[in-house]
Amino acid sequence: MTVLALHDAVATYGEVRVLGPLSLTLAPGERVALVGRSGVGKSTLLSVMYDRWRDQGAALMPQDLGLVATLSVFHNVYMGRLDRHPWWRNLLTLVRPRPRDVTEVGALLTRLGLEDKLWTPCGELSGGQRQRVAVARVIHQDGGILLADEPVSALDGPLSEVTLTALTDAYPTAVLAMHDVDLALRYCSRVIGIQDGAIAIDQPSHRLSATDLLPLY
Amino acid sequence: MPLTATRRVTLGLVLLAAVCLLFGDFEISTHDPWHALGRLFMGLIQPDFSRVDFLGEALLRTVAFAFVGVGLGAAAGMLLALLFRYFWVRTFCAFIRAIHELFWALIFLQSFGLHPITGVLAIAIPYAGTFAKVYAEILDECDPQPERTLPQRAGRLSALVYTRISQAWPHLVSYTAYRLECGLRSSAVIGFVGMPTLGFHLAGAFAQGHYGTVGALLLLFYALIASLRLWARPRLLPVYLLASPFLLGTGLPIMWSNVSRFFTHDIVPAPLRRGEGLEGLWPWFSDLLLGQALPGIWNTLLLTQIALVLTGVLAMTLFPLISHHFTGRHFTGRVRGAIGHGILVVMRSTPEYLLAFILLQLWGPSMLPAVVALALHNGGIIGHLVGRRSNEIPLRQDAPGGMNRYAYEVAPRVYGPFLALLFYRWEIIMRETAILGILGIATLGFYVDSAIQELRFDRAMVLILITALLNIGVDILARHLRARLHLSHTARSEP
Repeated sequence: MTVLALHDAVATYGEVRVLGPLSLTLAPGERVALVGRSGVGKSTLLSVMYDRWRDQGAALMPQDLGLVATLSVFHNVYMGRLDRHPWWRNLLTLVRPRPRDVTEVGALLTRLGLEDKLWTPCGELSGGQRQRVAVARVIHQDGGILLADEPVSALDGPLSEVTLTALTDAYPTAVLAMHDVDLALRYCSRVIGIQDGAIAIDQPSHRLSATDLLPLY
Repeated sequence: MPLTATRRVTLGLVLLAAVCLLFGDFEISTHDPWHALGRLFMGLIQPDFSRVDFLGEALLRTVAFAFVGVGLGAAAGMLLALLFRYFWVRTFCAFIRAIHELFWALIFLQSFGLHPITGVLAIAIPYAGTFAKVYAEILDECDPQPERTLPQRAGRLSALVYTRISQAWPHLVSYTAYRLECGLRSSAVIGFVGMPTLGFHLAGAFAQGHYGTVGALLLLFYALIASLRLWARPRLLPVYLLASPFLLGTGLPIMWSNVSRFFTHDIVPAPLRRGEGLEGLWPWFSDLLLGQALPGIWNTLLLTQIALVLTGVLAMTLFPLISHHFTGRHFTGRVRGAIGHGILVVMRSTPEYLLAFILLQLWGPSMLPAVVALALHNGGIIGHLVGRRSNEIPLRQDAPGGMNRYAYEVAPRVYGPFLALLFYRWEIIMRETAILGILGIATLGFYVDSAIQELRFDRAMVLILITALLNIGVDILARHLRARLHLSHTARSEP
């Protein structure tokens, strides 16, 4: 995979510029945590990255997850690989999933503690369960780079650790917007702090501590 | 007190209807209308179910035509909905749904004859136009986020099915189920022009004065629609859809020479056919316009206006029947509510055309049967929807009761949605008004039907086109009024 880069990227909301211009490069194997006050433009930056890098296999986990409430957990996870199968198999899977896919998705869900929800419609799940379904989907998608917006915000304690481990195992290269500074420092190799629409901090995590990031908030 | 925009529009419509009343023709011309009404009533209390084969065939054909027509319409409508962003597709759909299923039936009767395909196309074509519009609206309202998160190279069909159609599925199903109910009514009505469905048998029984059979047919039809939820189960639908094409009956064979003659010769304007060229066309057209189209348009507009206002009055009067703010929530209230529901269900389950046909037999030809039929059917539908809407309104605990509650608490709150629904039905009322002409009331349908009787299909086609344009015009006007009064209500708010 080549180096991914943004050059003087900007985002505007109507007439108002909310982000940028900012530039950054991302080397393969780098895991970046985006931190900053809420509303500072982390989600916007992820969205800009997704638009630029979509062709290079970026997988997106947006903050509102993008699940289809009327479909089962299995089908929502399967959607990560709609591009790998011919259309007729995708249609067939809606009616009668293949045992191989079920086993594969089932194993993934077991790791995330959702093994008993395989056939539950996503609309019937709690917030934390839905978030893990979206995690399972991007893992199943197996793209080149992960762009995730607060992937564990609705999970607590051990569950958020298990989920982040699963995500980072699957994606060595990732950009994660995080509000939990401790988790950000532990699971990412590099931290980018955003302030006033620009990059205020850009450091490897081993050189930072939680207190260094306080001025951002 | 200054008049709000809503009040001005309401007053304007009522005044206009009052003026129309002066020009209309409302008289009961039959010798003894109450006697006939009494016989029909006796037929309903003492229905004659003895002719089982006859009744069974009427119901079977009605259901079969509804399933095949609505099924094809829904499939074609879904395809068109996916192309709805193109202007020409939207225009095409607006055009095909502006022509009533009975007009389609009349057109195809002249080409395919009494073959089942006539009935099937008559339902499927206008339904496809409506399905396309509503399906497109439903798909547009889906959350776009799931589609955005899909892998880049996911196929378009897979993406569509997994994201938009999956999300919209419950709405698509409930709307299609509602249209199936409409399809049963349409299927019953195309019997009046010769298809082997309920209307055909009903007209026959009326002509022979078998009121017991008329009563049995009507009661069976209500039972069929009331029990729709029980027998039209999702799991059984494929069975019904596969079986229905074989249950349409055989009809008469198609004469292909007729089909080609109709489309290449009969519907070409007479002056062109005779080789008189474009100079001959204008006198022909102005004659048609002045002699038939304008009187037809005038009567259609007149009747539509009166029926629209009467529908509104009826709906605003009847909705308390099913509103728990008026019936009460305790046991007696629920019983009263159930009775109210029953009344409104019967009103909206009776197709306007069927009702107008019956009233015309009883009262003789004038605008009266048409206006009453249109108001009863549409008033029943809108009353039902407004009543349901009123049940969603929480009232404060010390709200006044009775008339004060109606006038100060409930009516002002439901009036906006009520007007939106009424404007939405405006086009439907006009389409039905035009079609009621076939029964002998001098609206556009009367002139279309006469032209067909005289085998002047070129004139009939022009008149049908004018009717379609009139419907499209009224739809645009209604949409404009809805936007001006800030009434947001989509087509999906149908029952």
